Amino acid sequence: MHPVKGCACRGPTRFSGSAAIPIHSKRVSRPPSIRPSSSSPPLVDLVDLSVSLGGSPVLSNCRLTLRPGESLGVAGPNGAGKSTLLGVVATFIAPTGGSGTVLGAPLAGPRIPAVRAGIGWSGHLPALYPDLTLGENLALSARLTGHPASRGQLVLEQVGLGGAAGIRAERCSNGMLRRADLARLLIGSPRLVLLDEPDAGLDRDAAPIIDHLIATTTRRDGAVLCVSHDAAKLSGWVDRVVEMRDGRIT
Amino acid sequence: MNGGFWRSAGLIALRDLRVELRSGEALTVVFPFAVVASWIAPLATNASPLLLRDLAAPVYWLITLLFGMMIVLRQTALETRAQRRALALTGLDPAARFAGRAGASGLVLAAVAGTLIVPVIIFYDYRPPSGGALMAPVIILASAGLAMLGTLAGDVTIGLRARTSLAPLLMAPLAVPLLMGAAQSLESLVAGKSIITWVLVLVIADLGLAAAGVMSARALEEISL
Repeated sequence: MHPVKGCACRGPTRFSGSAAIPIHSKRVSRPPSIRPSSSSPPLVDLVDLSVSLGGSPVLSNCRLTLRPGESLGVAGPNGAGKSTLLGVVATFIAPTGGSGTVLGAPLAGPRIPAVRAGIGWSGHLPALYPDLTLGENLALSARLTGHPASRGQLVLEQVGLGGAAGIRAERCSNGMLRRADLARLLIGSPRLVLLDEPDAGLDRDAAPIIDHLIATTTRRDGAVLCVSHDAAKLSGWVDRVVEMRDGRIT
Repeated sequence: MNGGFWRSAGLIALRDLRVELRSGEALTVVFPFAVVASWIAPLATNASPLLLRDLAAPVYWLITLLFGMMIVLRQTALETRAQRRALALTGLDPAARFAGRAGASGLVLAAVAGTLIVPVIIFYDYRPPSGGALMAPVIILASAGLAMLGTLAGDVTIGLRARTSLAPLLMAPLAVPLLMGAAQSLESLVAGKSIITWVLVLVIADLGLAAAGVMSARALEEISL
């Protein structure tokens, strides 16, 4: 047990630091059998995909294939189009040119809503409700995805926030919110995990959470797409890293 | 609409009610100001008791609409894009989301509207008719309609820069059938006439709004992501 560092909540709040995800553990390497196979149908397949927002091109002729068991990093400077790319793959943003499929469904097609439950996404800002406690936030996600509410508590413990379940999100530090947001992705078993600057606001102790998320997803034949401005960090998490500049994958 | 639909709608409604209860905005901010607003007409006009009694029902519903809009539109205004996106990725049926949000807003609005009758009785010397119990379904039907309308208006204006002014402007004219039905029901009750016609107006307006909300939910969700 150790106190929450940087916690904005009042009082000597403590939470369990003995997370199920081993802190300081080395990255889990996958056995060769689940290495991406070129024969498996891709979970993400973008062909010459372009996106314009407000008349300005943000993505141009992007090609990207992500197969089961694969993890890919996209590195690039601010404004390169990384988050937009992630938004397209997450099915939030419809492409304006080219084509693509996500979990087998053509982008912007009628089957997209049906595959959304297979996508796990963590964006720049944690998707938590400030007036609800961390436990209530995670329990809501669990119940909406067909899991028991107790699953929320379980994943909070996995990310080292078991003792903070009763704290309202508005009173938590940014690092706690990021941990809880990543815990959201551990509730189900999304086939496709999308991470946008996942370590932003996290301390070094929390890095194994990202490793664990990526390893467990790829181990069960899922895929991970992770974007960050830091290529060096990305290469420590994923199988391969591509660079993005001015809306193009190079 | 299967059991999963209503279960999801219930979870969303529970979330919204919990958020409302924690913030206490409807109880501590909206309601006191609605009471003050209801006091303004008798204070400013120095009207005769008879005239005030005639004004009671329309003023009551007008105040319910104006302050109800704050309650109803608040929920959609508070929701961030990240929250909407995460919710969509749970596989939640957008129609269930609409039903849950409108249900929670309708409950809060009905509670506020029901309590607002007390200051109206005091300030307007309003005497509830002998069939006063019939006011309850009228308040519930009108609150449900306003909640669905507000949820729709909030969803339609998501992402627009002018949303804070546009959403109420969109909501107010469309609320006319609801206000007419509700105000005329109370008038008829006072006059001892049948209210069935006006209750039917409320029911039809509610059904129309429910159908519009459910059918447009998917398209509005796509725009909001």
